[in-house]
Amino acid sequence: MSSTEALIKELVGKYGKSRNSLMPVLQGVVAKDRFLSEDAMLTIAEELDLSAAEVYGTASFYTFLDTVPRGKNVVRVCKTISCYMKGKDEIISALESALKIKIGETTHDKQFTLLTANCLGWCHKGPVMLINDDVYYDLTPDTAVAAIEKYIESTRKN
Amino acid sequence: MNKDMKKVDIIFSSDCSAIDVLDKALAKSQDDIILEIIDSGLKGRGGAGFPTGLKWKFTKNEDSPVKYVICNADEGEPGTFKDREILDRVPEKIFAGMAIAGYAIGAKEGYIYLRGEYNFLLPSLQKKLDVFNGQMKDRGFDYTIYFKSGSGAYICGEESALFESMEGKRGEPRNKPPYPTVAGYNSKPTCINNVETLVYVTMIQKMGVDSFKSLGTHDSRGSKVFSVSGDCTNPGIYELELGMKLNQFVDEFGDGDAKAIQVGGASGHCVPRKDFNDTIIGFEGIPTGGSMMIFNSSRSMYNVLHNYLDFFVEESCGQCTPCRVGCQQLLKGIEAVKKGEKKPAYLDELKKLALTMKVSAKCGLGQSVANPFISIVDNFKEEIIY
Repeated sequence: MSSTEALIKELVGKYGKSRNSLMPVLQGVVAKDRFLSEDAMLTIAEELDLSAAEVYGTASFYTFLDTVPRGKNVVRVCKTISCYMKGKDEIISALESALKIKIGETTHDKQFTLLTANCLGWCHKGPVMLINDDVYYDLTPDTAVAAIEKYIESTRKN
Repeated sequence: MNKDMKKVDIIFSSDCSAIDVLDKALAKSQDDIILEIIDSGLKGRGGAGFPTGLKWKFTKNEDSPVKYVICNADEGEPGTFKDREILDRVPEKIFAGMAIAGYAIGAKEGYIYLRGEYNFLLPSLQKKLDVFNGQMKDRGFDYTIYFKSGSGAYICGEESALFESMEGKRGEPRNKPPYPTVAGYNSKPTCINNVETLVYVTMIQKMGVDSFKSLGTHDSRGSKVFSVSGDCTNPGIYELELGMKLNQFVDEFGDGDAKAIQVGGASGHCVPRKDFNDTIIGFEGIPTGGSMMIFNSSRSMYNVLHNYLDFFVEESCGQCTPCRVGCQQLLKGIEAVKKGEKKPAYLDELKKLALTMKVSAKCGLGQSVANPFISIVDNFKEEIIY
């Protein structure tokens, strides 16, 4: 049994074998693997007694439930109006050159995926980004790159 | 009728023990609580402004052994961040508001649907919730609150899409009726309120209906938490009495060069400088979920509108044609006018499309795209064309 399969069984055990458990199960897998593989979705379908199409239909609707492989750390830079006015383009450029990837791409070592996001709810402190669940606000190009570097270090230690 | 702008401190006030307020409420009858909330004139603070007490009354009147209370914490409107602050600073007041609602309508379960972008709040919120659930249990009050998380979909702030999401489905809004008070989560009668609304419920119990009613105007009772951002000297969260005029707001928060205010977020209305004097913030003027974005004369309103439309194209659930196709065509349309591929008069065609969306889209998302589109195109036509 793969570790993802074990995780799915554990999540279904925790939330219960019902359709209402689908979101927390999908979220639980994404929290660990950062995306939902076909195998993971098939296992979830089987465990919750749903059709695979229903599982994929739900998963593919939500921005945070990725169905393509993502890096170990997912960076989402807010691109909505207030952050746009405060210079999100400079933040994105700085991150693109630091990580040597473009928006939507994942680094070769699979450590980082760089994405944009719609309003993250920090309009008074933009520009803002999420790295996984963590928030970084009042960003400058330098502090954005410094935030990324912390994750490079913690990845190496692991 | 308007009022002078006044800052107040109710939502974040520190002299309030949420559990004591709940005790006070539990000593009253269910009907008395509902009558108090109706009498207070409290309207939903998420933006739509439905009278809270009536929503509760409708849900209570449904004959069902299972009912739910849901706190809509899927705050996603661009320019809005007040619910995050409330969740972070005074979560117990939200829990108490949900418990009072649960008691009043006869529910045993409450859910807080927290947007995925606020997951970082969850560990500390869960700890505080565990304590509060324990306090309710100690009192023999049969009511439990749970968290549910979203996963980055703006549309799930629409109540029926939120239920779909909680039921493990795509966040696609349902047809109404039936309304949530009849068939909401799990098709059971459901009372769904915004975070801020539920805190005002707690505070009305604490301060009394009369002192709440003494604030605001006839159509807009009480105060409201505003999220102020954009070109301003002090962006942030401010609780203000309802009914002020926009020019007072601009004098206080603007940078002295404001040319337009977007009231109510991307789905709200853009008010140009010439109308600041005549615009009242409240249900008699322009209602808002709290988002106030200020643009100064250095901003291109074409870029602002483009950013909003880009947002709606991405966040439209795609279920109904008017919204799915309409958002894309509005975006393509202003791009074509800007590039000179279409004549300026094409903007009139686009306005007709926006008005068609207002009457034909299935939910509030598609219906409200016309608000920013028409208010920006009408007031800043030159900036869209040239």
